[in-house]
This record gives sequence, structure tokens and C-alpha cells, in this order.
Amino acid sequence: MTIKEIARLVEGEIVGAPADDTYDVEKAFASDLMSDVLRFSMDETVLITGLCNNQTMRTSEMADLRVVVIGRDKQPDEDMLELAQDLDITMIKSKFSIFKISGILYEAGIKPLY
Amino acid sequence: MHYTFEIERGNFTDAGQASSSVKRTLKHLGVAPANIKRTVVALFEAEINAIAHAYGGTIDVDIDDEKIVMVVADTGPGIPNLDLAMQEGWSTASPEVREMGYGAGMGLPNIKKNTDDLKIESTVGVGTTVTMTVFFA
Ligand SMILES: Nc1ncnc2c1ncn2[C@@H]1O[C@H](COP(=O)(O)OP(=O)(O)O)[C@@H](O)[C@H]1O
Ligand SMILES: [Mg+2]
Repeated sequence: MTIKEIARLVEGEIVGAPADDTYDVEKAFASDLMSDVLRFSMDETVLITGLCNNQTMRTSEMADLRVVVIGRDKQPDEDMLELAQDLDITMIKSKFSIFKISGILYEAGIKPLY
Repeated sequence: MHYTFEIERGNFTDAGQASSSVKRTLKHLGVAPANIKRTVVALFEAEINAIAHAYGGTIDVDIDDEKIVMVVADTGPGIPNLDLAMQEGWSTASPEVREMGYGAGMGLPNIKKNTDDLKIESTVGVGTTVTMTVFFA
């Protein structure tokens, strides 16, 4: 699934790095715990999180994540947006809860990481 | 090649800059992606620990053709019970640290998993030195 399709499904807004239309997302992982994110391989995976700060971006960088859905209507600050651009990470801001975002993407065929 | 970074207690705005810099260097050197990931995940967790649980310190990184050796040395307070600290889920993280997304108690176990060699020397009241080695081959 493309990043833009994910954004459409969760009624989200794309911020940070522009969406790479060639990137195919197959799996999702939902967590607010950054050390948990660092425990797994995040290939072709979108992170769904309510944690909205610089550390979300730094963790994504180390985990090789390229797409992050920020749920619960959290607003990234200027610093975080700049970091996302520098690190080439696309963020999708959504007003929905983590549960709702996860449910929508699951129903649309995105697989759980495990 | 040798690199040194300073890390500052409680500075979560800049936390991860050292790991980020090492990641760029390893990419530039053409190290295999799986080894880059192992390296930076371990270094990042150790960097966060020195910022979150300790009073800051320094990171020394040495890279040659075969391996990377990373030494994260902080200036206290030390780890009273290392066996406990190494257990999955054990954490003394403050509410502030938890708000930043850390405190799952998975950092040290994850460092162990991702490195080929791990040495932790800690003295209460003095500090902790975490030495991590990842072989590229
Ligand atoms: N550099 C350090 N200085 C002092 N205490 C530390 C340090 N690193 C780890 N610890 C202790 O070990 C515990 C476990 O660390 P870790 O596995 O990284 O989990 P977390 O950071 O999520 O708490 C910490 O909560 C803390 O009590
Ligand atoms: Mg930790």
C-alpha cells in the first residue's frame, strides 16, 4: 500500500518528508514505547504512534522506518518537522485514535508485524 | 577512525545525535545495512541511558575494516544491581523519561542482543562505562 493511500484511509495529512510513491507498506506496528520499536526489523513497516516528539523521529531513524502515522491529533512542532525532513521520514497526522487507525489499516490488508 | 561525542544529562532534544552521526559514517563507509542497524540500535539505547539515567558523559567510537567499538562512559550515579538492570522489563525510568517514550526496560537486553561483545562496568557513585563491539563480517 502506498503512503498516500494510508493517509487517505486514516484521513491524515502528510507532513515531514514528501511521500515516496514507490515505497510499498506491507506491515504495521503500533507502540508508544520507543525501545519496543527498536527490537524489530521495520522493513516495509509503518509505525503507528501517539508519541509526538523528536525522539519519535530519532527512533524511527535508528529503526530504518520511513513512514510514521501520528495518531490522537498530536501536533509535531517545527523542530520535529525539520528533523523528519532531514531524515527523509514521512509523517501522517491523523485525528483518529491508535485503535481506530490500527483497525482501519488492518481491515485494508496491512499485516501486523507479528 | 576515532570519533568523540559529548552527551548532556536530560537533553532529549539532541538525544540521538551521536548515533545519527555514526549511522551516516557507517553508511558512507558502505557497511552492510543489517550491521549498521545493529550498531546504531545498541549505541542509541546506550546514549539514551546516559542521558536518561545518568549525568551525561562521553561516547568514544573506533571504526576499522572489521569492527566498530563504542564506549559510552557516564559520570554517575552507577547501576547498583546489574543483573536486575539486564532483565527485560526492569526500569527505574522517571515519569519525564517515560513521557519521552523510554522506560520499557528493554534497552540493555536489546544492546546485548545487537552486539557481538558487551562489557558493562559500573560503580555506584562513580559512573557506568558500557563497551560495545560489533563485527562487520
Ligand atoms: N548509564 C546508566 N546509569 C545508571 N543507571 C542505568 C544506566 N543504564 C541503565 N541503567 C539502569 O538500568 C535500568 C534498565 O535499563 P534499560 O534496559 O535501558 O531500560 P530503560 O532505559 O527503559 O529503563 C534503568 O532503568 C536504570 O535503572
Ligand atoms: Mg534504556
